[in-house]
Amino acid sequence: MKRAFPILAILTAGLLSYALYQALVVAPTDRLQGDVYRIIYYHVPSAWTMFTFFAINFVASIVYLIRRNLKADAVAVAAAEVGVVFNTVVLVTGPLWARPVWGIWWTWDIRLTSTLVLWLIYVSYLLLRRFSAGAQMPLLAAALAVFGALDMPLVYFSIWFFRTQHPQPVVGGGGSIDPKMLQVWMLNWLAFECFGLLVFWSRYRLEVVRREVEETQALESLLEVGNSR
Amino acid sequence: MTQAIAPPMTEAPPTRITRATLAKDLRLEWRSKDAINSMLFFALLVVVIFSFSFDPTAEESRRIAGGLVWVAFLFAAVVALNQTWARELRNQVLDAYRVSPAPANSLFLAKVLGNFIFVAVLEALMTPLFIVFYNLRAIGPAYQLLVVAGLGTWALVVNGTFFAAISLRTRSREIMLPLLLFPISIPALLAMVEATTSILTGEFSAKFWIVLLVAYDVVFTMASLFLFELVLHAE
Repeated sequence: MKRAFPILAILTAGLLSYALYQALVVAPTDRLQGDVYRIIYYHVPSAWTMFTFFAINFVASIVYLIRRNLKADAVAVAAAEVGVVFNTVVLVTGPLWARPVWGIWWTWDIRLTSTLVLWLIYVSYLLLRRFSAGAQMPLLAAALAVFGALDMPLVYFSIWFFRTQHPQPVVGGGGSIDPKMLQVWMLNWLAFECFGLLVFWSRYRLEVVRREVEETQALESLLEVGNSR
Repeated sequence: MTQAIAPPMTEAPPTRITRATLAKDLRLEWRSKDAINSMLFFALLVVVIFSFSFDPTAEESRRIAGGLVWVAFLFAAVVALNQTWARELRNQVLDAYRVSPAPANSLFLAKVLGNFIFVAVLEALMTPLFIVFYNLRAIGPAYQLLVVAGLGTWALVVNGTFFAAISLRTRSREIMLPLLLFPISIPALLAMVEATTSILTGEFSAKFWIVLLVAYDVVFTMASLFLFELVLHAE
């Protein structure tokens, strides 16, 4: 396992640079939007990667609730943090693209709003983890993760209906996509997933090591108390 | 729950535990009036401040009142929700609950019902004030407002009671509760606000929002009942 990490790191670096080249140079320019559209190669893969890690967080939380396995909790916290980072990337790159294309930075459209709510829910999850200490924290966090996951369909439906009542804002041009663009898109998605996995992996290892250190320190201080008597 | 030791206890039925806890909470509140007074004053402040920061006409206030009313109730409800478990920390009452064989969910339901009653009383007292200050008159079917109020209050209170039990275990717990409760409550809040607005203006039907509120209430009541015992006993 330890050797797999540098291999993944090299693979990710290669994939990311190749995908960057493909996205910025090789992929054809959009007829309507010009070069601005290229941000889509970062925006959409980030969104998909974000969903991957929130799904991992949900599964790990369920596993923790059933098995009380501390490794599952370490997976949950690492996945939530990586997910929030990609979520932030989505929320920042979206307006950057929307301003020149739609003419506005932000609109309360269904995807934008539900992504924002998702971000809020997972930030509150990370805050809970930060503000509660001790052995009960993983359980409380897992319970909140389950609540957050249950909330998402309701968020989606409520905003969907909310928006269909009101006039739609400027909508980006849909239609068919150039096969070369699709290929570059998928390549970027793969690169982002690898990059996410890499960060997630190191964060997971950090979390496991941190816990080991804490345990050792607790044991040592117990021993010191024992020796001084 | 292990209670297999010698004399077989006649176990109290869960409903009686719920009723006893609820009666105790109501009696405590009746004598101190801590929660209701602070909620009322808080909501009153929100109404007054909003009223002169916007100074709306009757037509405008119909459009914004739904949002205003629910924001005021939400903030005020947090005041009561924060006290609901903190009150049990004195004299280790909560620890006594933990070791007692009483089912955790009866305790949870008693707390939810108690908070529901507090917030409902608040709403009953504040609504006339809103009507006076904002010159409100519903154009749509007004009886539906009762349904929306009941379902919406339950939505706030069931999750609020659950998250209050979680935030009780954190540092700076009073701040933690709204941070956990508000993001999860967004769909319920949207439903309450939109349903109220559509009834007041009479422009749309509130049916979808009422169905959404029912779904929200069912999903999160089940989830809370499922997980509350774990949270109560979390060590």
